[in-house]
Amino acid sequence: MKASISASERLKYFAPQIEKTSLSTKVWIVILLMFIAAGGVALYQQIAIGHVVTGMRDNVIWGLYIANFIFFIGISYAGAILSGVLYVFKVPWRRPIVRIAGLVTIAAGLIGPVFILLCIGRFDRMHHLFLYPRLQSPITWDVMAICTYLVGAVLYLYLTLIRDFSLYSDADFLNIPNWKRKLYKTLSLGYKGTGVQKKQLKSATRLLAIVMIPLVVIISSVLSWIFGMTLRPGWHSSIFGPYFVIASILTGVGVIIIIMWTFRRLYNLKEYLTDKHFTYMGFIMLVLAAGYGYFSFSEYLTGWYGSEKWDSEVLSKLFNTNEYGWWFLFSNIFAIVLPILVVALPKLRKPGPIAFSALLMVFAMWVKRYLIVVPTLETPLLPVQDTRMEYVHYAATWQEWALTFAGIATFLLIFIISSKLVTIVPTSDYIDDEKA
Amino acid sequence: MQNSDNTHGNERRDFIKLTVLGAAAAACGSAICSCGNKEEAGKKVKLLSPDGKLVEVDSKHLRPVHKTVGVSTEEARLGIPGRKFVMVIDLAKCSNARKCVSACQKMHHLPEEKEWLQVKLMMDNPESAPYWFPKTCFHCDNPPCVKVCPVDATFKRQDGLVLIDSDRCIGCKFCMAACPYSTRVFNWSEPDLPEDIAGLCYSPETSVPSQVGTVEKCDFCPDMVRAGELPDCVTACPNGVFYFGDENEDVVSNGEETVRFSQLIKDKAGYRFMEDLGTQPRVWYLPPNDRLFPVERGLDDLPDNIKDRFNDVM
Ligand code: SF4
Ligand code: SF4
Repeated sequence: MKASISASERLKYFAPQIEKTSLSTKVWIVILLMFIAAGGVALYQQIAIGHVVTGMRDNVIWGLYIANFIFFIGISYAGAILSGVLYVFKVPWRRPIVRIAGLVTIAAGLIGPVFILLCIGRFDRMHHLFLYPRLQSPITWDVMAICTYLVGAVLYLYLTLIRDFSLYSDADFLNIPNWKRKLYKTLSLGYKGTGVQKKQLKSATRLLAIVMIPLVVIISSVLSWIFGMTLRPGWHSSIFGPYFVIASILTGVGVIIIIMWTFRRLYNLKEYLTDKHFTYMGFIMLVLAAGYGYFSFSEYLTGWYGSEKWDSEVLSKLFNTNEYGWWFLFSNIFAIVLPILVVALPKLRKPGPIAFSALLMVFAMWVKRYLIVVPTLETPLLPVQDTRMEYVHYAATWQEWALTFAGIATFLLIFIISSKLVTIVPTSDYIDDEKA
Repeated sequence: MQNSDNTHGNERRDFIKLTVLGAAAAACGSAICSCGNKEEAGKKVKLLSPDGKLVEVDSKHLRPVHKTVGVSTEEARLGIPGRKFVMVIDLAKCSNARKCVSACQKMHHLPEEKEWLQVKLMMDNPESAPYWFPKTCFHCDNPPCVKVCPVDATFKRQDGLVLIDSDRCIGCKFCMAACPYSTRVFNWSEPDLPEDIAGLCYSPETSVPSQVGTVEKCDFCPDMVRAGELPDCVTACPNGVFYFGDENEDVVSNGEETVRFSQLIKDKAGYRFMEDLGTQPRVWYLPPNDRLFPVERGLDDLPDNIKDRFNDVM
């Protein structure tokens, strides 16, 4: 019986997190809802007036939205692959991290595709994708991949939650409203922790965790091929598949570190999310940043050295401080050099600095996405020769920014709400430990 | 083309003036009621239907304007059997008169700022002299735009044309990213069209009316071609720059002279733009040798906003 006592004791420790919502959290929720409402206004305008309200025009046909799409979807992939790998290889320190990773997967995985929908001129015809699918198109690959992936990711997260749900619904001491208890009961699907149930759940979770790993690699690559398959300088590159995979995981690891840091403070989880966890995650970030730096370097070096006309034209925009030079520099320093330095120097290898460098890195990676999309589109093979400035240079409008912030706000909101429903540290995962 | 003109004689000429609404009725149900004009019924007219048969149609189903309704979408996807359309553009003759641009805009009911056909000022290297470069859709034989379309809204036909079904297009703009020649344009807002045009049924062969949130481009005017006429840009050009024709028949015509396509390409060293991309365009260029006009002539009489486009080059 020692196990269950210990589990409920642990649950008591986490209980405040799901039992009550503090005033500051409520304020946060209201603020986030305001951002989402502003996004709603922008969306309404975009639908009512047309895409003309965005900064996109015939040359730069995709802008902020697609950058956000790559950004969020990438974060989601990282969550999936990280929780998959940690689970499959039974990494001992995984416990307090897997749930955060799982939630990141779902939250970002739901928001990402919304941004691609925002790029599409005819929302009302989305069913054509299923009525007249063409296998040759990378978009069709993406639709299939993302749908499969989302189903897998939701199932996986759910499987890892079942034991917790059953634990919460059985815990009489939890001071929660009846509807919540009922919800937990329903969601636990009658899981009681019998031998058979345990075995089945374990093998199902393991199987999904294994499936998710190659799936993430495939879909990340498919995402990159939307760009790689076109004949455009800066996109048409065979390195794009692995480049996107590693960039996605790097960004996602950064986001997970930021969330770990936030929840550690918010819910007083220092005992669970220890300094050690930040160090380990920091090391993962370091390795990924180094790999990403290597890919970036090869990509730009070959383009610059070969100096074909079109490659050079795009690169000259990235290197020119009057155009994208400063941002390019910023993105490389903060996404590659900074995370490596912070983690490599023992003095800085502490949760605070690691989380802060992760924050800057994530922002730098977002900038990088923008720099992958926009300068290439501003550099078509034929001279633009247009006097309408908005057709020559892309500048996002407030509607696009509003929807971008609405996306970030939704991401945070999903997290806040989830943290009111499930404990950030998977309580039931510790039961096995106690038994062993 | 010459042959078929002789065979069908008068009917052919009737067809040129009138467009068959009946033929399109299958494609869009109530087309006749919604698009037809209010003329009295009764008078029967003999016409050549798009599939080559002689049909009798009530005159109230006819409309005395060019390009109102094309063939059904199903038929427009197949193309005209036995044909292989090509275009040859003689850069030596272009004076940037821009008559092709305005004719195209007029016939497709496009606003002034939307150019399916563009005339660029090209300069191949720092030593060479700039030249005017009219650019249509190249109707590539290996079209990157078609490859990437997720819903088969843009397609390649057996007669070589690459067309768009705007009723199916979801507006993902992937084809615009994929086309290396900046050919395609997007309807960023609701197109401003007169009511009678906006009410027409869309056909991939007319590309009219424009629809918000979808992509459109030069279509080589297949509705004109079916009627045995040359595309609008070809006939509008005062200098005879554009030659249009059929590769199978090996003839192209600019409206004034009809020549053998293969011979023309051989004699004048015809080339395809950016051949190395592997897109295999169906549009051939004749290099700007022995030009008829000095390039500066092209800037005369241009409105400022168009003249400014070329500031970088000249
Ligand atoms: S020129 Fe562009 S739009 Fe036309 S067929 Fe070729 S790739 Fe497609
Ligand atoms: S914009 Fe339309 S035509 Fe172009 S790829 Fe998308 S669905 Fe196809």
